[in-house]
Amino acid sequence: MADVSPMTDTSTDADTEDKNLRNALSQGLVASDGSDKSRDQKMLRRLAQNREAARKSRLKKKAYVQQLESSRMKLTQLEQELQRARQQGIFISNSGEQAQSMGGNGALAFDVEYARWLEEHNRRVNELRGAVNQHAGDGELRIIVDGILAHYDDIFRIKGDAAKADVFHILSGMWKTPAERCFLWLGGFRSSELLKLLLNQLEPLTEQQLMSINNLQQSSQQAEDALSQGMEALQQSLAETLAASLGPSTGNVANYMGQMAMAMGKLGTLEGFIRQADNLRQQTLQRMHSILTTRQSARALLAINDYFSRLRALSSLWLARPRE
Amino acid sequence: MDRVRDLASKRAAVIFTKSSCCMCHSIKALFYELGASPAVHELDQDAKGREMECALRALGCNPTVPAVFIGGRYVGSAKDVISLHVDGSLKQKLIDAKAIWF
Repeated sequence: MADVSPMTDTSTDADTEDKNLRNALSQGLVASDGSDKSRDQKMLRRLAQNREAARKSRLKKKAYVQQLESSRMKLTQLEQELQRARQQGIFISNSGEQAQSMGGNGALAFDVEYARWLEEHNRRVNELRGAVNQHAGDGELRIIVDGILAHYDDIFRIKGDAAKADVFHILSGMWKTPAERCFLWLGGFRSSELLKLLLNQLEPLTEQQLMSINNLQQSSQQAEDALSQGMEALQQSLAETLAASLGPSTGNVANYMGQMAMAMGKLGTLEGFIRQADNLRQQTLQRMHSILTTRQSARALLAINDYFSRLRALSSLWLARPRE
Repeated sequence: MDRVRDLASKRAAVIFTKSSCCMCHSIKALFYELGASPAVHELDQDAKGREMECALRALGCNPTVPAVFIGGRYVGSAKDVISLHVDGSLKQKLIDAKAIWF
């Protein structure tokens, strides 16, 4: 970078000097005859040099200001990028170290990831819908169906990571729309309800298939009930622990700390319940797929997507409803 | 390990738990729902609980509780049990081990 230092503004001095000289000449204060010619010439040269220096200084100043302006624009741009990155949950320290993901904004980061996953999921389902409507062959359908099921694995993995970072956010269902949240069970949907829905949509089924789907529906319901009971036991246990920390002995700090430590331990097991609930959802989807033919699986996935789309649409309608 | 194997062979369905473990409560509930009467051993109430826990960990059980044995054979932890239940093989294993009849 050129040594553009903020020089003192000599332009006005040179201009003034110029003006003074001209005034002096016109007033005859400075001799214009030969006797003082060399002195005048020296002065003229000096003034010319001053003018040149002043001009150079003005140019340097202009260049410096231009650089400042462009730096300012760049800074604003960087600030905006930083703001955007922070919103996406990327942690950036002030000393400019390397970015790490999922800092304090784990919940927000998950919401963004889920939105992205959902967009991709809908794209795949639309592709499936198109293929089914155009009477595509089993081979093509199988590729798309397998892709959708594998894509489901992605969100279960992402949810698992998010539950480690912020289990209460996953449990809250705030990352789903209001109507979906109404049916929330342990951080997601109930497989048993989905299967009930599908029994009507999947005809015709063979006797064997009907029995298998019924068994699957019953098994998933039993597993859901079992997990629910475990959660209730957890809540009860937590309540008892907190209640035990109350009591007449208000000065018993050690007791309080002990109970809080126990309560913390119990909260730590919540993540395990979400993991098993998601495991149940994943296994149920896979099992359903293995019982059905490719075409039936395709119809099942479309029906599931239609159902959840309606729930989401219902949420939008509800949120936009006119109020007194 | 011996104590684990010994206890596991005494009943058709055996579950190793801890009194504070709520996931254990879920797996027990599932077995009761299926009509099985599993033998339940709480590691934190057993004198040899620590060693038994190590033995279960060595078997690959993570987390160590609940640990399920059917017909004397190690079946797995909560995740394994739920997966087996979904594809119908849990019920079959219980029937084969005569823990339940249908």
